[in-house]
Amino acid sequence: MAEVRLENVCKHYDKVVAVDNFNLSIQDKEFVVLVGPSGCGKTTTLRMIAGLETITSGRIFIGDRLINDLPAKERNIAMVFQNYALYPHMTVRDNIAFSLEMRKRPKEEIEQRVREAADILGIEHLLDRKPKQLSGGQRQRVAVGRAIVRKPEVFLFDEPLSNLDAKLRVQTRLELKKLHERLATTAVYVTHDQVEAMTMGDRIVVMKDGLIQQVGSPMELYNTPANRFVAGFIGSPAMNFFEAELAGGTDGLCLQSGEVRLDLLPEQCRRLERYGRKRILVGIRPEDFRPCERHEQGQTISGEVEVVEPVGNETYVNFRAGELNLIAAVGRKTIVQAHTRMVLQPAMEHLHLFDIDSGKSISK
Amino acid sequence: MAIERSGSKLFKFYLPLVMYLVFLLFPFYWMVNTVFKSDKELYDMSLNPFYIHHPTVHNIVRLFTETIFLRWMANTFFVAILATLISLAASLLAAYAIQRLRFKTSGPTGVAIFLAYLIPQTILFIPLASIIFKLKLWDSLWALVLTYPTFLVPFCTWLLMGYFKSIPKEMEECAMIDGASRIRIFWKIILPLCLPGVLSAGIFCFTLSWNEYLYALAFISSSAKKTVPIGLVTELVRGDIYHWGSLMAGALCASVPVALVYSFFVEQYVAGMTGALKE
Repeated sequence: MAEVRLENVCKHYDKVVAVDNFNLSIQDKEFVVLVGPSGCGKTTTLRMIAGLETITSGRIFIGDRLINDLPAKERNIAMVFQNYALYPHMTVRDNIAFSLEMRKRPKEEIEQRVREAADILGIEHLLDRKPKQLSGGQRQRVAVGRAIVRKPEVFLFDEPLSNLDAKLRVQTRLELKKLHERLATTAVYVTHDQVEAMTMGDRIVVMKDGLIQQVGSPMELYNTPANRFVAGFIGSPAMNFFEAELAGGTDGLCLQSGEVRLDLLPEQCRRLERYGRKRILVGIRPEDFRPCERHEQGQTISGEVEVVEPVGNETYVNFRAGELNLIAAVGRKTIVQAHTRMVLQPAMEHLHLFDIDSGKSISK
Repeated sequence: MAIERSGSKLFKFYLPLVMYLVFLLFPFYWMVNTVFKSDKELYDMSLNPFYIHHPTVHNIVRLFTETIFLRWMANTFFVAILATLISLAASLLAAYAIQRLRFKTSGPTGVAIFLAYLIPQTILFIPLASIIFKLKLWDSLWALVLTYPTFLVPFCTWLLMGYFKSIPKEMEECAMIDGASRIRIFWKIILPLCLPGVLSAGIFCFTLSWNEYLYALAFISSSAKKTVPIGLVTELVRGDIYHWGSLMAGALCASVPVALVYSFFVEQYVAGMTGALKE
């Protein structure tokens, strides 16, 4: 069991900066998820921890050991790859036993530990099969079995669920989380799927262009995103953004964007007075809209419904208010029809405000 | 409709296939035909040449009693197997290094090896002869064992490079994390996965070495050290007299081992040549 510490870690490929000044301390037994779009440097970071990629500068520690120059096999880590990387010519048993055989463990111990791992994952009946005889989900389990059999200090997962179908992904996600609780081992998990990140991580690291955007618990990221990128990345459907002018309202300040006007809460007014600029970026989560009967200028937004997307538990309503295209998530009991007018009230206390140029949050 | 389709398949597929087969197999038929004919029948223009009127094994008996054909066969086996093993060992390591170790000059090295393949044997045998002389290997089977890899290694290296490329890198990385060394990974993961590729490279080497003519002609002079292609041509063509029957008997016997090798490994050979790695 160990903590993982990355200090000022950088990775450059010639002139391209893949990871820039990455600082993170992962606690013992913590499940940390690195999330971000393709090419943001999350996999590179994971591969640097694994020892599959050299570090351009900075230091990485596992426990108290500086592992910068340690070969992968001496780092006492295990990794689950996106394509599972099972050895096709070996049986499941041999695949799981491989790492123990490489470390020249006695035969009885290998057999016992393979059985243990297979038992945990429910794949005892598959031990004599070859990978090509397994389904995607089963292969995924074998890949996990291969990782847990060695009882490493740190688990590294590189998008291990992305090759599974949607239903299986949800199920496996849950199983991985239970497995983590059971094994109580530090885990670093890379994904581009924000739902996976939210549901699995004790803490989430959001990355973009090689830089950390924000580190925090899932709800911290959801409730108080540090910038526009994090706000847009976390949450599904994505947050609505629009630029607005600060104007004098009925009672304090209000936001004005075309024909849409929203009165700000007194606390928000005080903060924006200190902020001093006239144009800001406003973010409203689709689920923070509530359907209303009557339009009240300053309190609600009235618009024309363009597309209705029912997903079962809720309905996504794409509507147009003046120049703004917005999306709202309303309860399944609300009956909405396309090409009708609809009035929606945003929860002003959950409004997100950002600086237009830097995209940084000015809500708090 | 169904009749029409089967009719079109007959003309578009089976007929061309049969014609192609006849075209390919006719030389073999002619070879067998000649082996079992006496000289008198062979040169009698009044008889139907496609048919054996008075079968005889005289030509085969003459091949095995009047020449040292079995010795030539043994020589050819010795040279072909050793040249194949040397070439495979060298190309496996070269292809793996170029494809996976990714050193600075790995790209140019791959190209350079391929360029070596483009140098015609007819040019290369002159400098090679001088080297063989200096190594005092003239008129020795080792001259052939050592020179054949000059044309075998480049092709095999390229064939295997393509094959190694098809193996996911993650598999090696996973083995690396699991605690395996490079050599171990090569031996336990890469080699078993590349077996079809290695087999087809091996068959390729074996066949080329078996049939090689120019270097064998240039570097070997004594009868006891000749390989089959040279032995047959130099000992069974005397002046302007061609011993057609025995020549063909020799060619027939010499093609048997190659045919056997192909028939055993045909599936792997096809898979290897098309670079298919099925998971």
